[in-house]
Amino acid sequence: MTLAHGATPPAGPPAGPPAVPPPPVPDAGTPSWRLLATLGGAGALAGLLLVTAWEWTTPTITANRARVEQAAVAEVLREPARVDTLYLENGALTRTPRGDAAKLERAYQGFDHAGVRVGVAIRGAEPGFSDVITVLIGFDPTTSQLLGMKVLGQKETPGLGDKIEKDSGFVGQFSEARAPLRAVKARGGQDLTEVATITGATISSRTVIRIINHAVERWQPLLVRFDREPGQ
Amino acid sequence: MTGDLVWILVSAMLVNNFTLTLFLGLCPFFGVTSQVTTALRLGLANIFVLLLTAISAWFLNRYILPAAPFLRIISFIIVIASTVQVVEMAIKKASPVLFRALGIYLPLITTNCAILGLAIFQTNRGYGFLQGISFAIGAGLGLTLALTLMASIRVRVDRSNVPALARGMAIVLIIASSLSLAFMGFAGLGSSS
Amino acid sequence: MSAVLPEVRVAPPPIAAPPSGDPPTMDDLLRGLWAENPVLVQMLGLCPTLAVTNSVANSLAMGIATLAVLVCSSFLVSSLKRFIPTEVRIASYVLIIATFVTLADMSLEAVVPNVHKALGAFIALIVVNCMILGRAEAFASKHGPARAVLDALGMGIGFSMVLILLGAIRELLGNGTLLGVRMFSMNFEPWVIMVLPPGGFLTLGLVLLAVAYARDRRTSGAAARRAA
Repeated sequence: MTLAHGATPPAGPPAGPPAVPPPPVPDAGTPSWRLLATLGGAGALAGLLLVTAWEWTTPTITANRARVEQAAVAEVLREPARVDTLYLENGALTRTPRGDAAKLERAYQGFDHAGVRVGVAIRGAEPGFSDVITVLIGFDPTTSQLLGMKVLGQKETPGLGDKIEKDSGFVGQFSEARAPLRAVKARGGQDLTEVATITGATISSRTVIRIINHAVERWQPLLVRFDREPGQ
Repeated sequence: MTGDLVWILVSAMLVNNFTLTLFLGLCPFFGVTSQVTTALRLGLANIFVLLLTAISAWFLNRYILPAAPFLRIISFIIVIASTVQVVEMAIKKASPVLFRALGIYLPLITTNCAILGLAIFQTNRGYGFLQGISFAIGAGLGLTLALTLMASIRVRVDRSNVPALARGMAIVLIIASSLSLAFMGFAGLGSSS
Repeated sequence: MSAVLPEVRVAPPPIAAPPSGDPPTMDDLLRGLWAENPVLVQMLGLCPTLAVTNSVANSLAMGIATLAVLVCSSFLVSSLKRFIPTEVRIASYVLIIATFVTLADMSLEAVVPNVHKALGAFIALIVVNCMILGRAEAFASKHGPARAVLDALGMGIGFSMVLILLGAIRELLGNGTLLGVRMFSMNFEPWVIMVLPPGGFLTLGLVLLAVAYARDRRTSGAAARRAA
């Protein structure tokens, strides 16, 4: 199969005074329908392949993501017996959203064996030293007491800023702290709102504290209102 | 909201410079930076393409891709190729001098990782319309800055006595390393701690 | 320029049918490893080379993903070259490559989510890796599938080797580990800069320097032997 082409051998300059160059000889080339057919066919084949792969991998991917999320929630709520999801829709929390649940922000309530709520897990994210830091915390909306903190995503300086995730001393402070938090160089010991920043990673540490304070500020009134109003 | 937009722009331009921190757009960074004027012009052409890409990516993400998320990469690359084609024709018409000066590097913007990288980052971070624009402007300015800086340095280095073994890419990479190190100084900028 | 010579539209060259029995040779495979190494010689695919080489695990994953995409797209391009008209060949190649990259992206996310998270956007950026499109255009579209696959294997393995080398240097010096296994004593203060962007540029620059030195010694050694 060869391409149909009107091959024009390169011509030398016309004899006599060079004047207006002759118009370019059109090349028949490949018919447009073939070009379109090729691209269309390739596109259709690609689409088919991708749809199949999509159907095949999506269940695994969604399951993975849910598992990671649930593990983080269990960690910050100290392994509750049961977890309940609340969705933020139209400025209020509800258990049964009317819209697409996948697009709404969530909070997770953890309950112990007796059915008593131990805390709520909420997420916050803000720019840190290098890039955005994402944090999940568990806290009790009625007492502002924190249960735990987990850094979900950070790109801080390895060895310095990334201690917000890896330094168990720093992370452990959040299990006993109470919001609103205040950043200090060293804790006195008695004040539960104090959190000691990491030496050499002040900005990263302060960002985590700020994220938590903002998240609590935002979600606490919503949760309190949710608790008060029955039947959602 | 505006604080957010300003941080996005400053971050894309300085703190997380597309070339010196995120390693995007390296082909022109190493290829086109032997002259300052060419580097500057290419950077500006890139800003334009980045802006159009950010808008198209936002549109695709919002209206078309939710129905077929697996077509993301294909649709982005098609949009980018078309955008570059359009920009090429526009420049050819508006300024043939610039068109000749940029030469082969204009179509090569299509394979510039920075353009596709912008679309992907924008998607992953869920940026809205204004945020996407801010991101594109910051990224484009950062790219232009990096290109122009590198070109200015290379012009000087080319006249210096570089050891034979290091001539070519090796010395350029070492220069890039110093530039990247300098840009690390911007970290923390815009963080309100 | 066109004032004297007539502007002539030269028809695109016909896609050459490969000589009957276009046999694959070992050279097809070995070329990409050293003589025409995509990173060290051709300077292609620099974005992922610098971005994901801050650990050996990431380098390995990126190398394998790129190899897979390269081999599959070269094979498909070579097999379908008779059906792709010249005018739309670049668009078709990009479509093929983008499809395989999407497949790789989905597979990685399903099978090894941690790796997928670590590599991030750079998996999708494989599609603009000049190396893949370059090989499709320069080789796969002109030779039979067997040769195209061998060439792709050679280039992909050469690429991965450089990635792993860079990853090993950066992880060892910047973290004190290799593949997560601690290599130095606890007293070793890691050179954090090596896993940061400046370290990436520096490492590649020094590797290129070493390669230039090795080449230089080989050619001067050969010249000395000839003179002797």
